Formats: sequence, C-alpha cells, structure tokens
Amino acid sequence: MFAYISRRILYAIPILIGVNLLTFALYFLVNSPDDMARMHLGAKYITQEGIDKWKTERGYDKPLFYNETEQSYKKLSNTIFYNKSVKLFLFDFGNADNGRNIGFDISERMWASLAYAIPVFLVGMLVYISFALLLVFFRATYVDLWGVVLCVVMMSISAIIYIIAGQYLIGKILLLVPISGYEPGFSAVKFLILPVVIGIVAGLGSSARWYRTIFLEEINRDYVRTARAKGLSELRVLFSHVLKNAMIPILTGAVVAIPLLFMGSLLMESFFGIPGLGSYTIDAIRSQDFAIVRAMVFLGSVLYIVGLVLTDISYTFVDPRVRLN
Amino acid sequence: MMAELRNALQQLYWQKVFFVLGALMTLYLIYPVLFNVQGVYLITDILIYFLVFCLILFVAYIRKQPHLSVPWRQVFKGKIAMSSAVVLSFFIIVGLMDSIHFRYIEKSEATNTSYSVDMLSVLDVSLRYISSDSEKTYSAPFAIYSYAKENFINDEGVKYRAYPRLKFAGSHLKKPEQEYWQDIISKSVKGLIIGLIISVVFSAIFIFYLSRTSARSYLDTLKNILQDKFDLPWRVMLITLSIVIVLCAWLFYLSHFYHVMGTDKVGQDVFYLTLKSIRTGLVIGTLTTLIMLPFAIALGVMAGYFKGWVDDVIQYIYTTLNSIPGILLIVAVMLAIDVYIENHPALFETAIERADIKLLALCVVLGITSWTGLCRLLRGEVFKLRELEYIQAARALGVSNFKIITSHIIPNVMHIVLIVVVLDFSGLVLAEAVLAYIGVGVDPSTISWGNMINSARLELARDPVVWWSLISAFSFMFALVLAANLFSDAIRDAFDPRQQGVK
Amino acid sequence: MADILLEINNLKTYFGDIKNKPVRAVDGVSFKINRGETFAILGESGCGKSITALSIMQLVPSPAGKIVEGSVVYNGEDLLKKSEIEMRSIRGNRIAMIFQEPMTSLNPVLTVQQQIEEVLQQHRGIKGQAAWREVVALLDSVGIPVAEQRAKDYPHQLSGGMKQRVMIAMALASEPDLLIADEPTTALDVTIQAQVMTLLRDIQKRTGMAILLITHDLGIVSDFVDHVAVMYAGEIVEYASRKDFFTAPLHPYSKKLFASLPAKSKRNRTLDVIKGIVPPLTTEFTGCRFYERCGAAIKQCSKQLIRLVDIDNTHSVRCLQFIDNKINFPITNDAVSDISDTGNIAVEEVFSVANLKVHFPIHKGIFKRVAGYVYAVDGVNLTLYKGKTLALVGESGCGKTTVGKTVLHLNELTAGTISLKSEDISLPTTSQLKTLRRQAQIIFQDPYSSMNPRKRVGEIIEEGLIALNPELNSIERKTKVKTLLKQVGLPETATSLYPHEFSGGQRQRICIARALAVNPEILICDEPTSALDVSVQAQMLNLFKQLQQDYGLSYLFITHNLSVVEYLADEIAVMYLGRIVERGSVDDVMQTPQHPYTKALLSAIPTVDKESAQEKIVLEGELPSPITPPSGCHFNPRCPERMDICTHKYPDTYNISDSHAVACHLTEK
Repeated sequence: MFAYISRRILYAIPILIGVNLLTFALYFLVNSPDDMARMHLGAKYITQEGIDKWKTERGYDKPLFYNETEQSYKKLSNTIFYNKSVKLFLFDFGNADNGRNIGFDISERMWASLAYAIPVFLVGMLVYISFALLLVFFRATYVDLWGVVLCVVMMSISAIIYIIAGQYLIGKILLLVPISGYEPGFSAVKFLILPVVIGIVAGLGSSARWYRTIFLEEINRDYVRTARAKGLSELRVLFSHVLKNAMIPILTGAVVAIPLLFMGSLLMESFFGIPGLGSYTIDAIRSQDFAIVRAMVFLGSVLYIVGLVLTDISYTFVDPRVRLN
Repeated sequence: MMAELRNALQQLYWQKVFFVLGALMTLYLIYPVLFNVQGVYLITDILIYFLVFCLILFVAYIRKQPHLSVPWRQVFKGKIAMSSAVVLSFFIIVGLMDSIHFRYIEKSEATNTSYSVDMLSVLDVSLRYISSDSEKTYSAPFAIYSYAKENFINDEGVKYRAYPRLKFAGSHLKKPEQEYWQDIISKSVKGLIIGLIISVVFSAIFIFYLSRTSARSYLDTLKNILQDKFDLPWRVMLITLSIVIVLCAWLFYLSHFYHVMGTDKVGQDVFYLTLKSIRTGLVIGTLTTLIMLPFAIALGVMAGYFKGWVDDVIQYIYTTLNSIPGILLIVAVMLAIDVYIENHPALFETAIERADIKLLALCVVLGITSWTGLCRLLRGEVFKLRELEYIQAARALGVSNFKIITSHIIPNVMHIVLIVVVLDFSGLVLAEAVLAYIGVGVDPSTISWGNMINSARLELARDPVVWWSLISAFSFMFALVLAANLFSDAIRDAFDPRQQGVK
Repeated sequence: MADILLEINNLKTYFGDIKNKPVRAVDGVSFKINRGETFAILGESGCGKSITALSIMQLVPSPAGKIVEGSVVYNGEDLLKKSEIEMRSIRGNRIAMIFQEPMTSLNPVLTVQQQIEEVLQQHRGIKGQAAWREVVALLDSVGIPVAEQRAKDYPHQLSGGMKQRVMIAMALASEPDLLIADEPTTALDVTIQAQVMTLLRDIQKRTGMAILLITHDLGIVSDFVDHVAVMYAGEIVEYASRKDFFTAPLHPYSKKLFASLPAKSKRNRTLDVIKGIVPPLTTEFTGCRFYERCGAAIKQCSKQLIRLVDIDNTHSVRCLQFIDNKINFPITNDAVSDISDTGNIAVEEVFSVANLKVHFPIHKGIFKRVAGYVYAVDGVNLTLYKGKTLALVGESGCGKTTVGKTVLHLNELTAGTISLKSEDISLPTTSQLKTLRRQAQIIFQDPYSSMNPRKRVGEIIEEGLIALNPELNSIERKTKVKTLLKQVGLPETATSLYPHEFSGGQRQRICIARALAVNPEILICDEPTSALDVSVQAQMLNLFKQLQQDYGLSYLFITHNLSVVEYLADEIAVMYLGRIVERGSVDDVMQTPQHPYTKALLSAIPTVDKESAQEKIVLEGELPSPITPPSGCHFNPRCPERMDICTHKYPDTYNISDSHAVACHLTEK
C-alpha cells in the first residue's frame, strides 16, 4: 500500500509539471503580460506607463524565465515563471489581480462548495441507483421502457433550463425557498435545498441510464444464473449479487469525483449565489482574473490526481480480486 | 465472366459516386459566378462541407460493405430511430443552408465592383422577409402590439401612453380587434394546407421511387407502406416527415405576417434567431469531433498496439490533459484566444470572421478536452485486439505493423469511434449553452441557443414575463438533442456487441 | 420398476421470434430419470441439451426464450405449472445445478462461505455458527483441503478445479434429489476432469441422488452413466442404457459419432465423418432432421416426421429403419480410405529448438523493478522431422502454447536456440525472419477469433501472399486463393463471403488455407480441433493427414487431447510446467509410458473402448504456479511414486531407447 501510494505520488509530479507548463504557456507565452494589461485597462486610454504600472502592481514586470539583472539563484527565482508557476507546487497561489490572497479565499470558500456538493453527490448516488434498480427489476416491461424514455428526455434538457425552470417555479411562483443567496451555518439549509434538488434532477437522466446499463450487464453474467439456480428470490439476486458486483464500476467511477467536490459546481453556485469555489471561478473568469483561473486549474489537477489514487485504493475495497501492486 | 462484370459494375459505382461528389464541389465553388455574388468561404463552412463530402463517401462505402450496411439497416429498422433521423435531417438541411455565405454586389462598374457589407447565407436569403423585419423591442408571439408602451399624441394633441402597433407583424390588418383571430385561423389553415400538399407530393414521389426499386406496382407499394410490411419502417418515416413539413409550412407561412415566436429585446424575430442557432449547434457538435478524431484514433491505436514507451508517453499526455478540469481548460484557452484576438485585430477582417474563428477555437478546445475519453477507450480495445489470434496470424504471415493497424485494428475499432461520436454530439450541443452562461462560449455576436437562453434568463424577471425566446430556443435545442440522443441509442444498440446481451 | 424421479414430456423451448420464426432449441423432448441413477444427455454444441437442463429449472433466459409446451413432472408434480415463488423452493433445494464455467459461475465479490451459506439459509434455515460448521463439512466432503481457510477465500483465489468443487458443495448443501451437471468438466484439464467426475460418483454413492449429466464427451458417458439420451437438432434421436449404447448403437448419428472418434487403431485410414452441418433450428422440419447428413437415408426419410420407436424397454431410436422393416436401406459402410503410413521416409530434420526458455518478468514496487519471473518455458528441446508430426502434450498452463508462439518469434525468447534447417535463427535478421514466415505457419485454437470479421475470405487468404510474395499480381493471387480453397475442401465462392457465414469447422479450413498460402513446410497447430465437435474434428484430422501426405508438411501439434495424438502423431513430447518430462515415438509413449505424469494423463482420458481401460490413476492437486515451481522434480508434489530425491533434485533426461527419453528419477534406478 505504502509503496503503491508513493509510486503514484512520483507519477503525479510529471503530470503536475505538465499542467503547470501548459497553463504557463497559455497565459504568458501566447499572450504577453502586456497584452493582458492592455485588455484589462481597456483599449482606449492606454499608455505604456499605465501598462507598466498594472504589471508592477501584479508582479508581471519580471522576465519570463531568466532574470539577468539578479544574482545567483535569483536569476531563476525572480522571474514570472518561478513566482507564478513554480510556487503553485507549494500551494502558494499568490494574490489575485484585485489584490486579495487567493489561498485565503480558497480556504474560506471551500466550505460553501462542500455544503452544496456533498449532498448532491451522496443523495444523487442514492437516487440514481435506486431508480436504475427499479428499472432493472422491471426490465423488459413497460416500466423499463418508459423509464428509459424518461431518462433520454431528461438528459436532452440543458442544465441551465433545469436551473431556470426550478428557480422560476419553486422560488418565484410557489415562493417555497429563496431563489438565491447564502448564509453560513445551519440556516444555509433553506438556501441549499433548491440547488441540491435541481442538481440531482439535472443529472438523473444520464446517470440512471448509465447505471441501468451496468446492472443489465451484470445481470447477464453466469454467477447470476447460479444465484437463481440456488432458488434465491429476484430481489435477493438483485441486491446481494448484482448490486454488489455493479458497485465496482459505479463506486470506482464516482470516487474520482470526490476530491473535485471541493471545487463545487460552476453553474449552480453562480446561479444560486452560493459563495463557493465555483462561483469564485466564474467571477474570476468574468473579470478576467488570470491569477485565480490559473490557481484553480492547478488545484483542480491536484484534486483529480488525488481522485485517481483514491479510485485505485477504492478498488481494493470493493473488488477482492484487486490488490495494489 | 460474372466476376468481371461485377467488377466493372463496382467500378462504375465508384465512378458515379465521384461524379456526384465532383459535381457538388464544382457547384459549391462556382455558384457565386452563376448568381453574380461574391462567395464567402468561412473556415467553418469549408470544414462543414468537407464533413459532408466525407459523409457521402462513407455512405457510398458502407453500401458496398455488407458487414457495415447490415448494422446500419438495423439502426433504421427502429421506428424511433427512423423518425429521429428525419428530424435530424431537418436540422442538418437548415444548418447546411446557413453555411453557404456570400455578399451581394452593390454596384458593378467596369473597373471596380463593390460588395455589400452584409454577409448573407442561403438561409438568410430564404428568410429575408423575416430577418429584415426588425421591431423596436420585445413583442410576444403572434402579437400585433409591442411589449412596451410608447408616448403618443392623439388628434387633440393630448399625450398618452399606449402599446404601439408593430411595424411588420399584422400590419396587413385594418381593424386588428375584429380581424385578428379570424386572420390567424385562416392563415393557419392556408399554411397547413400548403404543408399537406407538399408532404403528399413528396410522399407520392417517394412511393414512386420505392415501387421502382422494389419492383412492385405503385398501389402495391402504397399498401405495403400503409401496413408497414417493408423491412424498413417507411410508414413512420413518411408520417414524421409529413409532420415536420406541415409544421414548417405553417410556421414559415405565418411568419410572413406575424412574429410567430415573438421578438427579442432589440426587436429581432425569435423564430429567425432560433433557426440561425441551428448552424452553431451543429458546428459545435460535429466539427469538434471531426477535429479531435484523427488525434484520438492515431494516439489511442498506437498506445494500445505498440505498448511500452509509446504507451507511456501517450498516457502521460492524456492524463495531463484529463487532470485539468475540462471547463477550466476551456476557460483558459478561450480567455487566451480572446486576448489574442483583442490584441491582433488586424488578422481578422470582419466581425463575422472573428466570431467564426472563435467558434472554431471553441470546437478545437472542446475537442482537446474530449478526445482523451475516446483515446483511452481505443487504447483498451486495441490492447485486447492485438492479442487476438487473427492479429497473431497476420504477424506470423509477415504483415507489417502499419498494415496490421490499418487493415485489422482500425476497422475493428471503428464501431467504438462511431458510438462515441454520436453520443458526444448531444453533449456538445448542450455544453454550448453552459459555456455561453459562463461567458466563454461562442462570440456574443454569434447567434446561438446558448446566447439566446443566456440573455432570455434575465428577461424572466420582467413583468409580464418575457418567456418566448427562452422557450423557443429551448424547444429547438431540445428537439435536436432528443433526436440525436434517440438516434445514437439506436446506433449503439446496433454496433456495440456488449449491448446485444443487454437489450 | 425403478422409482421415477423426473419425467419430461414433449418439452418445447423456443427462442427468438417465437410466433413467426422460432428457433426451436428444444423441440419435443421426453425422457425419464430414475432415483439415484446417472442420466446423460449427449450431443454436439447447439443441439439443445443445455436448454433442456435450464428448462427443467425454469431458468431459460427470458424474454429471449420461452417454454412453449410440455411438462416437467418431478415427484408427481408438474414444475411448469408452479409459480415462480413455488419454483424457488425446488430450485437449489430439490434440484440443484452446476455449470460448465466454474470460473464465471461463482460470484467474484462474495466469499465461498457466503455463497454456500446462502443456500443453507434459503432452504434449510441454518444460520450462524451451525451454518459455518455445515459449510466446512460440505467443503470437506468435496475434497477441498484446509476447508476452514478455503471457506473464507474469494473465488479468484481458487483454481478451476477447486471452483467446480465449490460449485458442487453449493449444490449439495440442500441435499438435492437431482443434480443437473451441465458439462461440468469441459473447461477443466483431463487430470482435474478425472478428479471431479470421480468425486461426483462418490457423492452419488453416498447420497443416492440422481445426476443429469449434460455432455458432449462419449468417454465420460461410457465411464459414468446408467442411461443416455442422444440429442440432435432439438430432439432425442436415441435413448438407451449405457451397455446397449456402447455395444449396439442404432441411430445412424450415434454410429457416426463412434466412427469419427480418432484412435490408434484407425491410424492408417481416414476417419469416418458426418458430412455437412447441423440444419438451422429455425427450419420447419418435415422429415428426419439427420436426413441431409445421413449416409443411410432414403427419400422417404425426408417426407415424414419420425417418431421415437421402442426397441425394448430401455432402448428407443428415432429412425425410419426401425419403423418400417420392409424398406431396404442402403448399407452404410464407413466412408474411409486408407492412408499410407508416412513411417519410413528418410529422416530429415527441418526444425529444432534447443534449451528454449521463455521467462516473463513480473514487475513490482515503486520503480517497477523485476520481482520475479513466470517460468513459462524453461528449457525445452524439440526436433521436427520432414513430413512428420510431433505432438506437444500437456495441461493448460504448462507452457505449450508459448512454445508454439516463440518458435515463430511471436514472443520474445529468453534463451535457447531455434534452428530452421540447421540455420540458427534465434536472433533473426530481417531476411531470416522472412524465410521463417514463409516456411513455418501457425493455426490457432479458436476459429472464431482467428479471422478478422470485417474481411472477406478471399482477402484473408491473400494477406500472406501480399506480404511474402509481392511478385504475384492480383490475378495470380486470386488463382492461388481458389486453388487453396479447393485444397481445404471449400467452394470457390467462399472468397466473397465473410467469416461469420461459415461454421466452426469451415472457418478452421479457411485458417489452414491462409497458412498454406505461403507454401510453408512446417505448420504449428495450436489445439486446432479442441473447439470443434467430434464429427467436425474428424473432418479436420482427415484434412491434416491428407495435407501431410500430399505436401510432406511437418506438424508441431500442440494439444491436450491424447486420442487425437494417438491417431495423428509420430512422436510425442509430454510437457509439465515448462519442461518436457517424456518424449518418444507414439508407440513408446502410449504403450509403455515411463513418467508417472504421462501414466496419469493416459489413464485419466475417459475411453470408449472398455477392454483397454485400466485402473484409473487420479492425480491429486493441480498444476503448480510457474512463478514458483516446486523444488526438485516439478511433478513431485502430485507424484504417486515420489521418492526423497525427487524433492530436491530435478531429474536428468535418460534415453531408454533411441526413440524414447524420460526425465524421472525412477528411470535412473
């Protein structure tokens, strides 16, 4: 186990370096800091001084890779590459273009994201699996047929429509819950109910159908026939045999998403005004704050890789055939 | 003797195919001369027609390959798949019409011709009666009065506020209060009748064609279609087609007199906008895949076949790309491109070209984020394939690696490619809407469902509610995505060997 | 009169489009099983025997298949009239079932204990500690060593034979009256097969349950059963006691089955074959289903539906000959021809390997260092002579397939020399590799995966010609393809068809044609007949003999089937865990086997020929892992004649005669 995890961490390093170089290339090579400044300041009243001032305030006034004016190691460290990219590895995200500390913002906003994402993840899994099991139990009947049609219809609707319709119907016409907003602590519940429900409903079509396929694939296996030959009831077969085996692909597919829960959902958070990392990112995108976007890209990759490792570890729990190494 | 004859026929077949293709291509290139306009070939236009070109070749090829045409027949045997295909082809035709762009010549003198600034597409021309009719602001579907009140001065010189008549909708009505409903109904009936006539004529032609190919009498063919006795569900096809045609005829006819789906904030006809959005949706759904396909196939197959360090490198590339959350990568690239376009205005002549480049860039970056899935699937499949005995036998026969890959591996993974392509399509169309909301989608000047929904979102707060552009954009998008989903389901069922046990 | 346990009447189970074009998988089957007897349904693949078994249990995959008619009377009650809930108290309780594939028939995520306890709880209401004791007792009774530990294992930790034992234990848990065993040993090696069959017989003696054995193997039928029903194309064509069936089979199909079995006595002639293939089960039959393929058929046979006629109490047959004695039926001679034995042609060595080793590294740890090796092939010497057949015999996992692939350089070899006509090609240059490809070709086991499904047969056969004979133009190639098809007994029209349009045997013919296209001298045949039915196997063996005679081909014939070896091979090499333990001429090895492993293999084959049957040597245990081969002689943990020296020293190879060598300490003495 230990050897395995250390190997995965070693593997993760080149990937993170790759991610880092890629984002660096996108933000500093394709477009020079001058270009960014010009865009930020607006095309009209632009002067070189304005640009330089903007760059200095944000630390973009240094050379990209190699600073000839500095001494010894500082030739390398006093550069944009070192300050803006290498430091990410130390989780030092620096300041946003508006001057706030990104690391601090992230640690503050993470909790709101989790408060939304965890219920969606857990309740969602439960709902999707139950719905898929229902369809499988009634397979080859009209229940199954119309269930699948419902799934296809639901997955043909854009997430935005779900949000707009949900907000409009429940928030505005029925006036059940506030349309958007957030309060920390326990009172967050009333703000979270609507986005959580919409988040689950929006995912129902594709997830339930996907799980149904997994279940149906399992149900045709030989061991299911053995279980039936033992005289077990259909429900027993479904729950103690099929479900248990189907959990392997389902869980391992889901585990990779767990770390990403921290990132929240861009859409939901921004629509419902939940002050999490998703809305943070959207705001950054809208105000073209590249420092935040870069930080989030890096954070996202780290979490994804953590997710991959967790996936592999979760395999060993749900599938006795898999041992690490 | 027979074999030679068959060979000759086969060659003739391909000659025919290439003749048709050549004719179409020439037509596409010389139509500006024929109609005395300046042809404009946007990059996405060219790619779209390249795709059409490939598609025709592909269809011609599978018709000659029983092992490919059998599952395709299977696809179209499904009633749902057949009607989805009809709906899809409606969208495709509109999209293709909207992909031939040109400018009118404004004044032509011996030495210098000047062209109109406006770039039009064939669709624009056929809908000119709508596109040129711009109201001042919102108006509801079939309304004849504007949404917003305006100041008027009556004959006595007293100022008052009232809803003004619309400039273009219902302007033919003299006494709107009395004539309105009667006019709508009579016009609807007229539109429906036109639609019915067209669909009957079309069905008649189709039945005639079918009776020729199946060597039956005309009546016999008709009877067989009505009783659904053919191998393929022609009855469902004709019914769906008739519904589509009648609906179109009704809408198009009425749109001459009314804004059938209302107007938006700046008074543009929403029906026109939704139709224009079709092209954007199709471009994103298809070009994205077209762009990523060569990379995904080449890298996936190579990783699976050669293993070792080749596999390691390719795996590294896609894990790296995959590890960046897709939406953030898109954001990152689109922002970079925005800045680039902003700072290099000289490279892009017109706003439309700029928007076109952004659309293409969006496709490319969506492609970058979506090829990894296909690549990984292919890698896994090739891993299994390369151990199969026919590959071993080919190696034992001294067949080169390149030949093995092209003639044994790739044909045997194409079904996966096909399934992924069709399944991705609807997801990409939906993604456009989300990206538009985030603000990194297509250029705001490009007409798209995403942009429509995004601006309509804010209008829901008005009173009375401005619901029509949201609903229109939503229903068109829904129709396209649903049809695509149903059709891709049928394709997956027919092509995926794993699905066969499941159904 | 024996006590009838199960009586099946006119059972019909259809698949597919049941109303319009049903696949009549089981079409009017009737038979009786007595208490405590072993009843076999014998038939080739696709004849409906497994579906019959599933129909009894009402486990026919639904909605694809449906029991449309008939009755299954168990203890006086018709099971088909029972509801699903009532059926559950029969299934796994009174009637238990075990399946062909023990690998996939156990749930991979539940332990052995959990899976057996399920039955105990469901049918006997035993839970907790009592259940645990019962599980251990059951595992013990099916001969699983250290039952307490194995009970806690997951299926993947057990070998195939062990899994099948677990399946049997599970079936026995409810002390059933009837055990349905659907090809219980087909997926297992011969030595394991003998263990499992012996176990089933012992259990039957102990508990007195009846066994319904579904099998395609005449040998198993002859060794283990009381009554047999032969199925063909969905119906029973003959029903007899074992003795009657083996001494005087009546139906032409049964007779042909016997005639097509390869054996040593038939070496100098071709095997009798059943021509053609089984008719599709979608056909609406109006006459005898065997008509097309029967040597003795007359016009009349195709015109009337034939009923099953009773010859005596225990023998019935479905054949017109026994209904209407007045008709003169053509006398059927075995359609065999003599083949001159290739015995005395001058001995010319064409191919040899010396000390061949193939070790696959196992990677472990942070930096994937090599932590060990799979010693798949560990020092093998073989010599192949012109126009001769060398059989490489062994159980699955012994490395015989790896040898085949490695000598063709489809695998990397670790050490050793491979020489083609005394030229060393162990590290071949490009031109040497090309020569090797021209001279040696391979034929694989699975006729379904050995051809690209998306290519026409013509293209498939052409492939080698394009790669190795680029000087031929397309017309020359087409001519050559036609000749090849003729050689392997297929019509020219095959070129434009796809592989899926052919049956298993025909596909194997196409594979042979593909290999022959480059005019090789050596064919490596990797279990080429083991996926085929007996009657088709006979066709293939005839073809192999024919080709050898016509073109002087040398075969390296890799197989586990010793009766095929007896018929076809000139020399035999017996392989165990990566090494050759005995080799010699076919007479030497088959008549006077020296190595205990060879002896056990020979005795484990179920044989039809009762006179030659000797006392069975049932080997204990299973093939050890090639990662950690046992010290000393690899065979010592399973050897019935083990001595002290065997546990620490691998025996040298001793020549008993010019043509016979063996690696065993016994011989040394």
